[in-house]
Order: sequence, then C-alpha cells, then structure tokens
Amino acid sequence: MIRVRKPGLLTTVQDLGRPGLAHLGVPTAGAADRRALGLANRLVGNPPGAAALEVTLAGPELEWEGHGWVALTGGRVAATLDGRPVPMDVAVPVDAGQVLAVGSVTSGLRAYLAVRGGIDVRPVLGSRSTDTLAPVGPPRLEEGARLPVGDQADGDPYRQVAPTRPVDPEPVLRTVRGPRDDVFTEGALRALIGVAWTVTSDSDRTGVRLDGPALERRRKLELASEGMVEGSLQVPPDGHPILFLANHPTTGGYPVIAVVVDADLPLAAQARPGTRLRFRFVSLAAARSARG
Amino acid sequence: MRLRPAGARALLVEVDELETVHRLHAALRALELPWVVELVPGYRTVLVVADPARAEALEELAAELPTLELPPAEAVAGEPVEIPVSYDGEDLPEVARLTGLDAEEVVRRHTAPEYTVAFLGFSPGFPYLVGLDPALEVPRRDTPRTSIPAGSVGLAGGQTGIYPTASPGGWQLIGRTEVPLFDPDRDPPALLAPGGRLRFTVAR
Repeated sequence: MIRVRKPGLLTTVQDLGRPGLAHLGVPTAGAADRRALGLANRLVGNPPGAAALEVTLAGPELEWEGHGWVALTGGRVAATLDGRPVPMDVAVPVDAGQVLAVGSVTSGLRAYLAVRGGIDVRPVLGSRSTDTLAPVGPPRLEEGARLPVGDQADGDPYRQVAPTRPVDPEPVLRTVRGPRDDVFTEGALRALIGVAWTVTSDSDRTGVRLDGPALERRRKLELASEGMVEGSLQVPPDGHPILFLANHPTTGGYPVIAVVVDADLPLAAQARPGTRLRFRFVSLAAARSARG
Repeated sequence: MRLRPAGARALLVEVDELETVHRLHAALRALELPWVVELVPGYRTVLVVADPARAEALEELAAELPTLELPPAEAVAGEPVEIPVSYDGEDLPEVARLTGLDAEEVVRRHTAPEYTVAFLGFSPGFPYLVGLDPALEVPRRDTPRTSIPAGSVGLAGGQTGIYPTASPGGWQLIGRTEVPLFDPDRDPPALLAPGGRLRFTVAR
C-alpha cells in the first residue's frame, strides 16, 4: 500500500484507458503521454500498460507501507526520498516508511510515477484510469487515500538511467489534413501550419486549447456530430483549434481540420500553458510510418 | 458514400442517412475485424479506428466498403426500450408556456413517438434521440444548471435526451426516469445502443 500524504495539484491513476467503448459514449482516457507511461513501467519491470500515477504540474507526497521500486519519467520534476534527491528515468528502490515527495514539474506538464507491480485499484470497464471527463474509474488522488500495489511485474527493475530527450520548448507536430479540411479557407490551412500557436491555461486532459489567428470557414456549416480521434484539431466557431488528448469526448459537432500523428501526441501532452506549438502537414503514408 | 481519412489510423465513412449509418455500423461490427479498435457512429458517419500497428488495413477496408452488404434496417433496430418517466420536471410549466401547449399535451406529445437512438456521446450512455415532435422545440435555458440529477429527461433545440449521470446542463427538464442508462458494472454498460429505438411512457 501507498499512503497519500498530499495529493498534488491533479494526480490520477492512468493506464492505457478503455478503447473499444466509444460507441457507448465512454472516452478512452488513459495516460496523456503514453510514451512516458510506457518508459516508467519498463523501468520498474512492469508491462507497458500497467497503471501508474500521472502527475500534473505539482506532485504528490507519498508514504510507502512496504518495500518497492519506483520510476519517474515524462515532464521534468524534482523529487526527494526522505529528503534526498531522486533521479528520473531510472528504477529507484523504496523502503517501508519512506516518503517520496514529488515537487513541481519544471519542464513539460505531466510526470509519470510507475510503481513495480502497478497501482492495483479496481478496474472499471477494463481499465484503472481516472476519467477526468466522465464519472468512470477511480477518483483523483486525495489526502489520506491508500493505493494498493499489484503484482503485475514481469521483468527486473532497470538500474541504469534511460536516455530521454529534453522537452522541446517549441515543438513541431506532424499532422494529416482532414477529415474536414474542405470546410476551411486556403488561408486557414496556411495559417494552421504558418504560425506558432500558444497553449492556453484552460487546457486539460481533454484537449490542448490554442490561441492564434481565427481559422476561417469557407462556408457557414452546421456539422452533424461525428466520432473523434485522439489528435484531432477540432475548430469551434471562434476559430481557435482544440487538440484532443487522451480524455477527449467520443463525438463532437465542430469540424476537424487536421489530425496530429500518434508519435507526436506526447509532445502535445507535455505542452504547458504558454508553450508555442507549430504544425506541419505530412502525407498519410509518412504519418503511418512516423516514429517519435 | 464518402471516405475521409481522420489521421493515420482512422477513416470517417460518410453516408446520406442516419438509417444507413446504423446499417453500416452493424455490417462493420459483424465483420469482427481484429484490427478495428473503435466503430463510432454519428449522425451521418461511422468512424473506423484501427490499431496503430495495422493502419494499412484501412486501405483494404476502404476498397471493400462500396460493395459491403448492409443488413436491412429492421434487423438493426431491435425491440424498442421502454423508459417510464415521472413527468414532474421543474421546467414543465415553462415548456408548456414556450410551446403554447398545456402540460398534459406536452407529455402526450413526448410519449407519442418511437424515437431512434442516433448515437451515444457527450457522456457515457447519453443518447442523441431523433423523432421528437417539432411542436416540442424549445430553446436551452438562459442559465445552465450546475448539476442535473441522473435520469433527468430534458428538451432543447429540437432534441430530447436523458442524463445518464449527474452533470451540469442547460436543457429544459420535463421529468425523470428511475431506469439506469449507464452502469459500468453491467455488460453492456449502456442500456441503449446506437440504432436502437425507445419509447417514453408515463411512470405509475
């Protein structure tokens, strides 16, 4: 068990979510930065989809009731174990009674804390993820809560620091045009890839909200609601795109001008308010072979 | 039928009618393609989402789609689900005033049609219904409520719906049902399915 002494700003349990239920209105949810979740899990010897903690901006303070291993990945964060600094991107042993204090995320937006064996809260619809849009899954971490540790580990903890890239301060995200690019003017399509978009402070796990020039439509249009994928750049009537992240709604009524490739979604998930994002178009073939 | 790529691993299939959406959705489900992660119907579309490792399979599917045999509409809809409603919603008097009908007539017109579940969205198990009597078209409330209890039945902008879980919302509330629309511990978790039919009845 792990006891939550302080929950942090927004700390949730996340795995790979609930794919396959979108036709019932159930969002996928799961970790916003799946690459960082996967790395954290591999470091402690877990399968890549084991449930871990997603830490947003300011981290929690956690007390271990038994011996264990942890790994911190994703957005850069200073953490201490009983007051001594803990490195990131490596498995770290924790003894019973020790307190892990995760500080503020200084670069990027979300850090991932994997625990060897996985966080073993009760799965709901096949996932332990907290859905921050719909009332599904465990609640966000609260003071005094106790988190069970599972026995999902299938490998050894990795004691060497894994190489990671620094968070890109002005990332360029690859996108595929459509499915509703024909709704927009040529000027809007040029503007999408021509300017740096500023991430606004009302962004969340649902989507990254972007400020910049208003993307204009070729014609007035009442779009019938349709299914949405993660990475969609949905454009509401005010012309400012929203980049859908893991906890996006299953359907939406505004046109999607372009979709960000999966490999670049971790960059979007780590874009904190104020970050300037750029987009570029790639072909469908290039998008399918895109690597992170 | 129009095909629109939605990123590297999804295809938005657009058709002309809601009925075709449901027939196409049923046909695609029946194929049981192992690489398909999601099939999401909308008003005029079915979104096919592929496993990222198998995105190329979308091309084969796209080639087969025009000749895919669709089941008849009757086979897709199934039996209508009955939703008993206590028509004592806070906004019923306001709806009566806005429509120029009396409350009894509002209820009569709301319980008369057989509705089609266009699709589920907005929140888990939330049905977008078609078939509302145009006389019951009312605007949303000027000020949305911060919390609407689960099971509330409402009207807004020519639509009627049921809130499966407590949530904020701006619909005019005309009643409430005890029937649980969404329960994560049930299989399937949602009472209604896209393409299904339902009737509202007066709860006793």
